[in-house]
Amino acid sequence: MNEYRLSHLKELEAESIHIIREVAAEFENPVMLYSIGKDSSVMVRLAEKAFAPGKVPFPLMHIDSKWKFREMIEFRDEYAKKYGWNLIVESNMEAYRAGVGPFTHGSKVHTDLMKTQALLAALDKYKFDAAFGGARRDEEKSRAKERIYSFRDKFHQWDPKNQRPELWDIYNARVHKGESIRVFPLSNWTELDIWQYIRIEKIPIVPLYFAKERPIVEMDGNLIMVDDDRMPAELRKKAKMRMVRFRTLGCYPLTGAIESEADTIEKIVEEMMTTTKSERTTRVIDFDQEASMEQKKREGYF
Amino acid sequence: MQAKTKLDINEFLSQDEKKDMLRLLTAGSVDDGKSTLIGRLLFDSKKLYEDQLDALERDSKRVGNAGDNIDYALLLDGLKAEREQGITIDVAYRYFSTNKRKFIIADTPGHEQYTRNMITGGSTAALAIILVDARSGVITQTRRHSYIVSLLGIKNVVLAVNKMDLVGYDKKIYDDIVKEYRDFTSGLNIPNIYPIPLSALKGDNVVEKSGNMSWYTGLSLLDYLENVEVKNNTDYKHFRYPVQYVLRPNQNFRGFSGKIASGVIRKGDEIMALPSGKRSKVKGIHVYEGELQKAFPPQCVTLTLEDEIDISRGEMIVHPGNLPNIERRFEAMLVWMDEEAMDPKRQYFIKHTTNLTKVSIDNVEYRVDINTLEQLKAERLQLNEIGKIRFTANKPLFFDPYQENRATGAFILIDPITNYTCGAGMIIDKIAETGNDTALTEEERKNIIAGNTLVSAAERMERYGHKGTVISIEGTPENTRTIGYTLERRLFAEGFATLLFDCVAKNSIWNENPALLDVAVKTAEAQGLIVLVLNAGKSITENTSRINLEADANPALQEIISDLNKL
Repeated sequence: MNEYRLSHLKELEAESIHIIREVAAEFENPVMLYSIGKDSSVMVRLAEKAFAPGKVPFPLMHIDSKWKFREMIEFRDEYAKKYGWNLIVESNMEAYRAGVGPFTHGSKVHTDLMKTQALLAALDKYKFDAAFGGARRDEEKSRAKERIYSFRDKFHQWDPKNQRPELWDIYNARVHKGESIRVFPLSNWTELDIWQYIRIEKIPIVPLYFAKERPIVEMDGNLIMVDDDRMPAELRKKAKMRMVRFRTLGCYPLTGAIESEADTIEKIVEEMMTTTKSERTTRVIDFDQEASMEQKKREGYF
Repeated sequence: MQAKTKLDINEFLSQDEKKDMLRLLTAGSVDDGKSTLIGRLLFDSKKLYEDQLDALERDSKRVGNAGDNIDYALLLDGLKAEREQGITIDVAYRYFSTNKRKFIIADTPGHEQYTRNMITGGSTAALAIILVDARSGVITQTRRHSYIVSLLGIKNVVLAVNKMDLVGYDKKIYDDIVKEYRDFTSGLNIPNIYPIPLSALKGDNVVEKSGNMSWYTGLSLLDYLENVEVKNNTDYKHFRYPVQYVLRPNQNFRGFSGKIASGVIRKGDEIMALPSGKRSKVKGIHVYEGELQKAFPPQCVTLTLEDEIDISRGEMIVHPGNLPNIERRFEAMLVWMDEEAMDPKRQYFIKHTTNLTKVSIDNVEYRVDINTLEQLKAERLQLNEIGKIRFTANKPLFFDPYQENRATGAFILIDPITNYTCGAGMIIDKIAETGNDTALTEEERKNIIAGNTLVSAAERMERYGHKGTVISIEGTPENTRTIGYTLERRLFAEGFATLLFDCVAKNSIWNENPALLDVAVKTAEAQGLIVLVLNAGKSITENTSRINLEADANPALQEIISDLNKL
């Protein structure tokens, strides 16, 4: 039956497209959360594939923590315009005006207010009943057990002990008013799958993923890039130009770079195949308390 | 941890992109060392990253259960609660790749109360690894896991006889276990069984062939997983295309999006839409990149047709002359997944392919004791119980037997109140029809025999918005007719369901058969209609007319009548 054989990437693609169409067909008001990262870029491409030659029938939404790398925002605006995305941008403006940020308030408070609370407020504001996220099960232990359709109560909380069984490719989309489903169409993709797909499909990604000389300050063992002058002056003074790239993207003071020479996708994959660090180690937020991702997920973070 | 070998990245990528994928399930009882085996596969296939290992060494010292050895199980037990209890409580998915295949492992626990999780993890698997402890051999849990594997239609099983190091790598012990297992599974539908003696902890026969068991001539576990030709249940003969989404980006394009459940579709093929039976031809098979000449499972495409025929989500496109069952009644094996027991009197939502409707439970034929495979009498199923159930759906479903076609034979049940996924079903077949009583439930049949209508008074009231009422109008022929016909017009315009008996003419059929009129009026009232009766059985010569209405009649009705009375 080799005539009818699909590669693992094509099989993953089909699984994701099926999920995205199911959500569009069964929910009244879905949204796709767009983080500007590589996984989001793949997810958006899959949504475009799902409805081609038509347009994606739901909006994309970016929760802007106001501390993202400038290159991320430029990339977002450029591609939203180029591809005609229906893009919503939401921030916790109250906390922003009060001056909340990772340097002054620490990663925990910052993440809670500028990411989790901003996301929850935006979901309530638009009354979305389904929200796509680009999380993958191979990223982190607690994500390995999450469903593709992850049920959230009306407070957006996840209860890992009370998950709905999920069988075959038949998804349960039924929710009461106020409840919602987070949908993870990339659940079964690994980091390597994502890179291979970006390569084959020529999907544009933020240049921060590629190695370049950048101004770097070492903070608690993390290589933090100086992206603007909100970084305290005494830290900025210590900056040195180093050849680095980012494996994941988030708020710039909370996202460590890795030293790398990889300036093409092929080199990135090569680096990955011989690497000795898994990808979330460069994310400061995973380490700020024990079992911290699981805790954040229970509270409503992705 | 690993020697860096220089690889040509372009060669690597072009080879790697062509790999296929194998989804597998692991099942074992508590101490069979299942998590250790998976940890070992990940570890030995050199996919464990160094920092995960660092964390592992830290955790092992604190809570590890493996003495001086690295506790591979800690790699897998993600959730906090599980780490505390030292058991796996839900399905966890693990990923690893070799240069031949990408693997997705559904790791499911072996506890009795968690049949639910194994069904969940196994529903997408094409192969199952069933672990037994060489010291205890085939035990109750092994039988249970194997039964579930056969129920799920998984045709490939690796019987992993683990902990061979603890029985001195004894060939006889291994042979006895394999024989006992083959005897037991001869009654189950598992055509391919591959036994391997191994030690997950020591790494014997996991990735490399073990020097401790030179008597074993088969493959190591990883070698087998990389090379096995999986007899998955994909069917390329019977085209089934459940329509998922109707795509109308502009006036000129009307496409039906879906995932091909089975079979192959080619451009130009003649098709039939179900349930309408309308035929057309495939004009185009569209994907993002353009058009395809043919498509097969599990590809997601959008079909356009030569003719404008109306097809919605939940309907199915097939080849004419190759139809699935189109039936409301069917029997299925059902696994109950909810803490709350099944209530056979309730209706449940059923999601089958892209269809969502409701089903009634007609009969619990039996429940299976999954330890002995005995069929027991049961009124209902409780959590983790499996049984054979007869169902009637509110509308016809398009299905095939699950063992022949997983995609069109599987369904889930959803509790309409809690919305919890309460059941997982595998269709056995339609229920053979007997005589003319097609598509009726047992309950419906009983009512028909007793002469009771199948439409309840409450349903009629919901439909009409009122209950049945008799209005008799009496007076001179002209007046009575004026009021009666005007009233009927008004009521009809307001949405009332009306029926008028005109007995004004002395020789009307009703006046000649007053008993017949009486039965007709009562029947119509019982069936929820507003019955207008003009001068029934009377010859009234008074110059006034009267409208007689029951005191508790619908207020809207009373209002209309009091309006008319003013005339």
